[in-house]
Amino acid sequence: MHDRRRGAKNRLKKLLKTLRLSPLGDGAVYAEFGDTLDLELNRSLQALAVALRARALPWIRDVVPALCGIALHFDPFHPELPAPVLEYCRALLEDCFDSAAKFEDSGRTVEVPVCYDVEFGLDLTEVSERTSFSIDEIIKRHVKTQHWVLMVGFSPGQPYIGGLDPGLAVPRRAAPRVRMPTGSVAIANAQTAVYPYETPGGWSIIGRTPLTVFDPARDPASLFAPGDRVRFIPVSRIEFEKLK
Amino acid sequence: MSLRIIRPGLLTTVQDRGRYGLQHLGVVPCGPMDPVALELANALVGNRSGEAALELTVLGPEIEFESAALVALCGAHFDATLAGRALPLNRPVLVEKSSSLRSGRALVGSRAYLAVAGGIQTPPVLGSRSTYLPAKFGGLEGRQIRAGDRLPLVPDAEGLAQQRFSNLNVTRKNPSGVKTVAWSAPALTLPEREPIVIHAMEGRHHAHFDAAAQRAFFEATWKVSPDSNRMGFRLLGPALARIEPVEILSEPACLGTVQVPANGLPIALMADHQTTGGYPKIAEIAAADVPRLAQLAPGGAVRFARCSLEQAGELRRVLRQRLDSALRALAWEYTT
Repeated sequence: MHDRRRGAKNRLKKLLKTLRLSPLGDGAVYAEFGDTLDLELNRSLQALAVALRARALPWIRDVVPALCGIALHFDPFHPELPAPVLEYCRALLEDCFDSAAKFEDSGRTVEVPVCYDVEFGLDLTEVSERTSFSIDEIIKRHVKTQHWVLMVGFSPGQPYIGGLDPGLAVPRRAAPRVRMPTGSVAIANAQTAVYPYETPGGWSIIGRTPLTVFDPARDPASLFAPGDRVRFIPVSRIEFEKLK
Repeated sequence: MSLRIIRPGLLTTVQDRGRYGLQHLGVVPCGPMDPVALELANALVGNRSGEAALELTVLGPEIEFESAALVALCGAHFDATLAGRALPLNRPVLVEKSSSLRSGRALVGSRAYLAVAGGIQTPPVLGSRSTYLPAKFGGLEGRQIRAGDRLPLVPDAEGLAQQRFSNLNVTRKNPSGVKTVAWSAPALTLPEREPIVIHAMEGRHHAHFDAAAQRAFFEATWKVSPDSNRMGFRLLGPALARIEPVEILSEPACLGTVQVPANGLPIALMADHQTTGGYPKIAEIAAADVPRLAQLAPGGAVRFARCSLEQAGELRRVLRQRLDSALRALAWEYTT
């Protein structure tokens, strides 16, 4: 346990060295830690985001962890908004690094039942051709690895999930679908996404979850939060209907 | 106690201050396109700042009042009547029971807020009454209002209206017979002569664009496309080319971010924008100028003036000062 905490501290220290701050207009600041997707980095910045949110500063409206950085959205008209805000945010971030280590891996584990039938996995055959894995092998590989929610965005509750088996890393489809059915579980590059709404999308659909990804009347409204671990659990067509 | 919608207008939605604190779950704040006009509208009827009101867009609704109410229409200059008489704008107006408020076209600007004393009482969703059109929640069933809708008011809206109106200093009878006051709130966000000038800072990916595009963004006159909506204003003008098409990892986007998709035509992100995006950001609009851009109607012309972060701060300070002095004057009317 002690070692794990120290490991987290070391990771965070390393992260601090790469911090680059840039304004997103005069209403937000983006704290960026490199520009390539890295699971370790994302894990540390999730911890940092929790630490920042825990400060509950009145002029900060939103703390939004993304793939490689964190956006701090503020109320640009708040009377307590510090000036110059960029310098203040740097000090705030550095200060939060100390408390961030204890938040690492504080997320929940979300179990996501997925029916991988070809009826739902509209691109399974295509992915199978691209990867030369059988459909069973694709499912096995998707279920086996440890997944993490790297970011939630695009639509309310839509997770960008990292930890995909490298063998399954297919590029985005050349012709995006006009409608990705609600609940679609889709992969592209090194990530998995689950679609809360019927929206256009260019990722390859490998299955569908019966769960409601986002429901504003439910508590919590969002099935996924940044930093959550994700386990995909294969279910049959019959189980899918039961869980719906 | 409710408002009955006879005609819905082009795009009329319930909006309050907005839904904050959920952007990490992909939920954008929504809220008013012109928060300055909403704040004034609420103050005009004696409401707390941030109460829910109706946002009118370009062509306004026709509304029947099932009870007396104290209202204010603030923002764009809508050609509006109350029981057949011209409705004075930017003022508190006492509406009699069963009279109808008819709003036509926006003559100057494109969005106005109809605030009612006590606020519109549709159920809050995730802490806000703002309508979130793309995800269909908040406001009235997550959608724009339709003919036949009833919008709930506070139970004592009528008593509140009479009480607040009687506290106002009505020194002069309005010759038209409309029950209102002799003063009005200033319009702080209406577009001046077009092209309007909007201040913007260079965006994170400004250097990804070629020299011609960098120049063109700040020199061209852009037209607001008819495809624009509460998510974003699509701008028509010269296509902006990047030096090389590098993939950008999806990252957070903001109100006022100007992003450029593959076709080279910029999109200014407005109240209902997506929380994250992967298009390069050529510019970020100064927070103080976003409400003025929101007042530009489709077809309206805009130019961008380069500004620094410090200048954007100064613009905010000036706007806040003007808004605060207007709000102080209104608060004074309600307390004396």
